[in-house]
Amino acid sequence: MSMDYYREGDPVADTKAPDGPIAERWERRRFSGRLVNPANRRKLRVIVVGTGLAGASAAATLGELGYRVANYCFQDSPRRAHSIAAQGGINAAKNYRNDGDSVHRLFYDTVKGGDFRSRESNVHRLAEVSTEIIDQCVAQGVPFAREYGGLLDNRSFGGAQVSRTFYARGQTGQQLLLGAYQALERQVAAGTVEMHTRHEMLELIIVEGRARGIVVRDLVTGEITTEIADAVVLATGGYGNVFFLSTNAKGCNVTASWRAHRQGAYFANPCYTQIHPTCIPQSGDHQSKLTLMSESLRNDGRVWVPKAHGDDREPGDIPEDERDYYLERRYPAFGNLVPRDIASRAAKAVCDEGRGVGPGGLGVYLDFADAIARLGRDAVAAKYGNLFDMYKRITGENPYERPMRIYPAVHYTMGGLWVDYDLQSNIPGLFVTGEANFSDHGANRLGASALMQGLSDGYFVLPNTISDYLADGPFEAVAEDHEAVAAARRDVEDRIAFFLGNDGDRSVDSFHRELGKIMWEYCGMERTDEGLRKAIGLIRDLKDEFYKRVKVTGKAAELNQQLEKAGRVADFFELGELMCIDALHRTESCGGHFRAESQTEDGEALRDDERFSYVAAWEFTEEAPVLHKEALEFEYVKPTQRSYK
Amino acid sequence: MKLRLRIWRQPSAEAKGKMVSYVIEGVSEDASFLEMLDVLNERLIAEGEDPVAFDHDCREGICGACSLVIDGQPHGPQAATTTCQLHMRKYADGDTIDIEPWRAGAFPVIKDLVVDRSAFDRIIQAGGYISAPTGTAPDAHAVPVPKPDADAAFSAAACIGCGACVAACPNGSGMLFMAAKVAHLGLMPQGQPERHTRVLGMVAAHDEAGFGGCTNVGECSAACPKEIGMDVIGRLNADFRKAAARAA
Repeated sequence: MSMDYYREGDPVADTKAPDGPIAERWERRRFSGRLVNPANRRKLRVIVVGTGLAGASAAATLGELGYRVANYCFQDSPRRAHSIAAQGGINAAKNYRNDGDSVHRLFYDTVKGGDFRSRESNVHRLAEVSTEIIDQCVAQGVPFAREYGGLLDNRSFGGAQVSRTFYARGQTGQQLLLGAYQALERQVAAGTVEMHTRHEMLELIIVEGRARGIVVRDLVTGEITTEIADAVVLATGGYGNVFFLSTNAKGCNVTASWRAHRQGAYFANPCYTQIHPTCIPQSGDHQSKLTLMSESLRNDGRVWVPKAHGDDREPGDIPEDERDYYLERRYPAFGNLVPRDIASRAAKAVCDEGRGVGPGGLGVYLDFADAIARLGRDAVAAKYGNLFDMYKRITGENPYERPMRIYPAVHYTMGGLWVDYDLQSNIPGLFVTGEANFSDHGANRLGASALMQGLSDGYFVLPNTISDYLADGPFEAVAEDHEAVAAARRDVEDRIAFFLGNDGDRSVDSFHRELGKIMWEYCGMERTDEGLRKAIGLIRDLKDEFYKRVKVTGKAAELNQQLEKAGRVADFFELGELMCIDALHRTESCGGHFRAESQTEDGEALRDDERFSYVAAWEFTEEAPVLHKEALEFEYVKPTQRSYK
Repeated sequence: MKLRLRIWRQPSAEAKGKMVSYVIEGVSEDASFLEMLDVLNERLIAEGEDPVAFDHDCREGICGACSLVIDGQPHGPQAATTTCQLHMRKYADGDTIDIEPWRAGAFPVIKDLVVDRSAFDRIIQAGGYISAPTGTAPDAHAVPVPKPDADAAFSAAACIGCGACVAACPNGSGMLFMAAKVAHLGLMPQGQPERHTRVLGMVAAHDEAGFGGCTNVGECSAACPKEIGMDVIGRLNADFRKAAARAA
């Protein structure tokens, strides 16, 4: 590939990864890591940015341990972080169903589901910790779904043949987040956590090679302040909003991660994007976001399109033998429960053939008629009632009577800041948890695994690993007028002054929409060498135009939502380019990254283990990004061509 | 469709606000209410005016950020629906729509349609949790929970903390929000040890935050996008009486 776009640097290694039998690694690492005694913890200050599952659980747990925590979120309450919107459930290897589940099976399914692009050690730890998460959440009073005997109910989810998903109706993320939020507020009351809502992190402060603080903007007053600590934890979520239209909340952004990246933190596998197969199709140009219909619907809904091209009859008028239940046909073993990437591409394929349904032919049916006939309408309503209601509110159609129309949409980003086994980035003192890091899902995340990872990182992993770093603290005091602090602050103030002073004529959103279209067209479900090269050019041109023409109204010292967006979109431009470069350099297909040039005869993703069995960790430079490869080794799950037939 | 909007504009917490009229054309009936405001804001930016500030985030009815009083009703005319899930097909060409922020003493306006709801967080800090530090939990199946209790707890826990109940209440009371949490935790066996201290602490924090008292009007429940029932208020009152008697 052309070396114009990037150059290759030295390989990177996960120096904290323990060896030995995989089932003992986490225990060995916990034992080998140093501890901080309780009396010293109160002398150590930790900044946690973000209050989703990964952030709130980390802040609460660090507070419980006795550290002094400063927790930041841009929302008006920590309870509104986007984890709240997760619908389906959370995986745990409890084997309460006696259906053959185990820690090893969850580990195996997750490595395979990630298409052999994740680290075995990390994934095994995730599977081990999964059972503790359920215990913890139940103890907090999370109202999980239960059976008549009073025990916890489970459902099955894509990419697995066991029932290991715990859920709370279609609002599992909400209930888990409220559990973490309540634990967090308890620590706020106890005085161990200082909560700063409506504050946005705009820069990372590095002093003598260590992450020592952040620059934040008070979103109500516009005041810029700095916060110094002994360690910084970023739990700032994913970057799916680079596509403008995604299932992410409108405020989700990459700025905290990107600022850290610009300061030296490696960004790993940015091109690994998850396109979720079951979202409500776009209805017009006004569309501001896409809404997910939980994947759990695929347990009982059957996906189909008409067999004939351009068949525009009402779905109820199309007889059974003229329907193509294409997932059941192509993947008889997993049927409608194939992993997300496979379901998404299959939907795109039938729509590209001209067999899509609904406006613009960009949709497939998800039909509950059989489930309603088999289980009864009430049973279906009990499982999915809130999702059906939501669908009806958005589309005006009743899914009890007419099949839902669904289409894939950007949902989750597996890539993120590079971290070692301790969840520490390559900048000492900068830790990254949850969706913001890259570590556990490889090239594709399985359903009900995001909640598991967020809480695993925040409740159980980070609080145990960060002590090894903090054992060297407290670090030397850093004054407000220290050169590094002043410089970081000045950068933030300069960026704000630029946007407000720019004599432009186009809104931030108009640029964001255009960037999103480029990303979706060329760096979405299917990517090609030609398309990615074109996208990089288009993004660079659009970015130039953005800096010339963007118009930001209002002032710095007030609540200014346009100014907030401008900074975020500026960072999305740079991220979007890196995503395309990463996608271009990885000429294989794997998981959510599908290169049209690399597919099997059946149109499945074709990996190239020989050349690409590594994590691509990118270093920022002003010229071109530098690629550092971390080799992946598979001792326990031998890479195979994934097959869900 | 063409609409006339009358929107509360207030540049800052200290400034005086007023209703300002805007005419907007070409609104799609498939657009959500907030997407309609996005279209208006794009136009205001093009005209060099300050766009309308409003809170929003997930736009799928679960984060609880959106908070508009539409034609006098919190979250507008559609039952069990947040503002972000309200779609313009509810309206007809030529309609006039009034848009205001939550109005309550405990929720001061920050700018335009954005209010400060941090008082809700303070109520939760005063006891809206179960003390279960990480790592202390027994196996999840150690304590079975009868399904009817778990289901009732879930229904109460479905509260999204938007504050529509407060905006709807003639007394500006936060009773429904607070009672939903008291009921959720009080229905779970794990919530029993702190049941009495919880209700006393939360009620004290509620009153201190400047919310009004509850007189069982019921507007709160009618406005609730998650249809939290008045029964949770009965549960809170019962718990409060027992706790107060015990504390006396």
